Amino acid sequence: MIEEKKVLTRHADSPGMIDVKNYIKDNGYKGLEKALEKKPLDIVEEVKKSFLRGRGGAGFPTGFKWSFIPTDKTKPHYLICNADEGEPGTFKDRVIMENDPFLLIEGMTIAAYALQADLGFIYIRGEFKWIAEILERAIQDARKVNMLGENIMDKGFDFDLIVMRGAGAYICGEETALIESIEGKRGQPRIKPPFPANSGLYGCPTIVNNVETLASIPFIAEHGAETYKLMGGFQAAGTKLYGISGHVNRPGVYEYPLGTNLKDLIQYAAGGVRNDKKLKAVIPGGLSATILKEDEIDIPMDFDSCVKADTMLGSGGVIVMDEDTPIPEIALATINFYVHESCGQCTPCREGLAKIQQILKILLAGNGTIQDIDTIIKLANTIDGTTLCPLGEAGGAVIRAMIKKFRSEFDALVS
Amino acid sequence: MSTSTLPQNKDAVTYTLDAKLVSNIEKLADQFPDKHSAILPALHIIQDEFNWIPPESVNQLCDILDTTPNKIYSVLTFYTMFHTKPVGKYHIQVCRNVSCSLMGASNLIEHLTQKLNIQPGETTPDGKFTLSLVECLGACGNAPVMMLNDRYHENLTADKIDDILKSLE
Ligand SMILES: Cc1cc2nc3c(=O)[nH]c(=O)nc-3n(C[C@H](O)[C@H](O)[C@H](O)COP(=O)(O)O)c2cc1C
Ligand code: SF4
Ligand code: FES
Repeated sequence: MIEEKKVLTRHADSPGMIDVKNYIKDNGYKGLEKALEKKPLDIVEEVKKSFLRGRGGAGFPTGFKWSFIPTDKTKPHYLICNADEGEPGTFKDRVIMENDPFLLIEGMTIAAYALQADLGFIYIRGEFKWIAEILERAIQDARKVNMLGENIMDKGFDFDLIVMRGAGAYICGEETALIESIEGKRGQPRIKPPFPANSGLYGCPTIVNNVETLASIPFIAEHGAETYKLMGGFQAAGTKLYGISGHVNRPGVYEYPLGTNLKDLIQYAAGGVRNDKKLKAVIPGGLSATILKEDEIDIPMDFDSCVKADTMLGSGGVIVMDEDTPIPEIALATINFYVHESCGQCTPCREGLAKIQQILKILLAGNGTIQDIDTIIKLANTIDGTTLCPLGEAGGAVIRAMIKKFRSEFDALVS
Repeated sequence: MSTSTLPQNKDAVTYTLDAKLVSNIEKLADQFPDKHSAILPALHIIQDEFNWIPPESVNQLCDILDTTPNKIYSVLTFYTMFHTKPVGKYHIQVCRNVSCSLMGASNLIEHLTQKLNIQPGETTPDGKFTLSLVECLGACGNAPVMMLNDRYHENLTADKIDDILKSLE
């Protein structure tokens, strides 16, 4: 059996937590209180020691990222919370924002102190309008109790927050596209370097972190890195929100230690495959993670183990498919998504993905050939390493994996 | 930009932002280090008001934010949530991504096209309904999912959709 660990979701079942008074009564803001007693750089060190890795998809070590922010401040510093929640199969950050907005706000305030940031943004996907309103109310309430604004907790630290809604572009989840979007531009990724920590929003040092990452900070600030590391496995510290969807009995978001076994998560957290069907395949980390066959899912769900299994933990959005699922149709739904969301800057992404889509449609209409299937694989290979951001490559790679692992289903379309 | 001939359209004169909206957008712009950051939030305000982004309002926005229609259109056409043409009074957006597909989204889309007698991307002749297909709405645990204007409707079935449509009559 596996054991749930409620750090980020400890308030998920207590509706009163959108009231700041209840949050404070339930030991809220203890992390910020402790943090403001320390030097900013000590907090960066503590987060480094905690082995917290970014929960937005790439798993970059958070403390390490923070240490790239210049310590001699010559310009404003900005902190951005990535609440775009756009990766298909992902519906976890909203659980924090809807139920426990002050956990995120506290985490951002601690982070801002550590980074000496003057202003923070929560960039939330446009469709989550009601959640943006929850956050806006929470920010106003936090100001009223001296937890945001000027001279926070009377400790001489100033920081404020702005909520900004996106408008339906998946690519704006990519951090430099997100920055462009906040600047009032088309959401097209920038060339890196420079990295945002040197030159980000308005050309100033900027850190972008995911909601779940920032919501993990209060625990670390309150209880310390060593306690945080007790949860999870070696070099895979803390808890993780796993969102499980598709053909399971109990779809939903579940919090377990990082590195919990994927097979167990599906079986015990989500109640197994529904309708007594057999499992066929699992996409473990949002749609951009390559698909796993039924016999490949006995793996710990952490960053390194997933890479070893040729896939990725990504956002932790687990999509479960039963034995009746036609993989070629899933491939078409998948490529439709990437073609729709490509920002169009890089030719291999824009044209290559559209070509894959076109061929898949021909195959599914029964008009394809074996060569067409191989052409898709070749196209995916040519996109590898030639794009500005990971979207293009991911779009090709996930289709390639579906074909390689379920080749007979694609062959059956042409015979 | 095309001005529409859909029947629910008001006279073009009503597409100007009133003093209150203008002042809201000005206040909004003031909170950002650079007022161009107000473009997206302002477009949301405009769309909340008119259900789409009328050209007249874009011209006004240019004056408020000190920018050009070119710039605003290059931004707003990038983002799928903004409409440069009027949409129906009820805008139904059904998720067609993988988790929803696994849970039967295509049957629901079929059901809706039959009920409304339009294809995805179309508006009913009376201007009441627009049907769109969209990518993952971030609610996959409650698939299948659709939005009706600003609201999410989750764990959908054909019956539930019938009830929702009935309540709009
Ligand atoms: C196409 C694309 C979409 C992304 N979407 C999201 C998203 O919706 N939410 C998110 O937190 N990170 C997303 N990311 C990752 C961000 O670029 C960035 O790495 C992340 O926000 C950093 O936060 P973290 O270090 O806390 O993980 C996306 C990346 C790419 C390439
Ligand atoms: S890879 Fe695709 S989405 Fe990413 S920058 Fe290039 S064209 Fe845009
Ligand atoms: S796939 Fe439909 S809400 Fe995510």
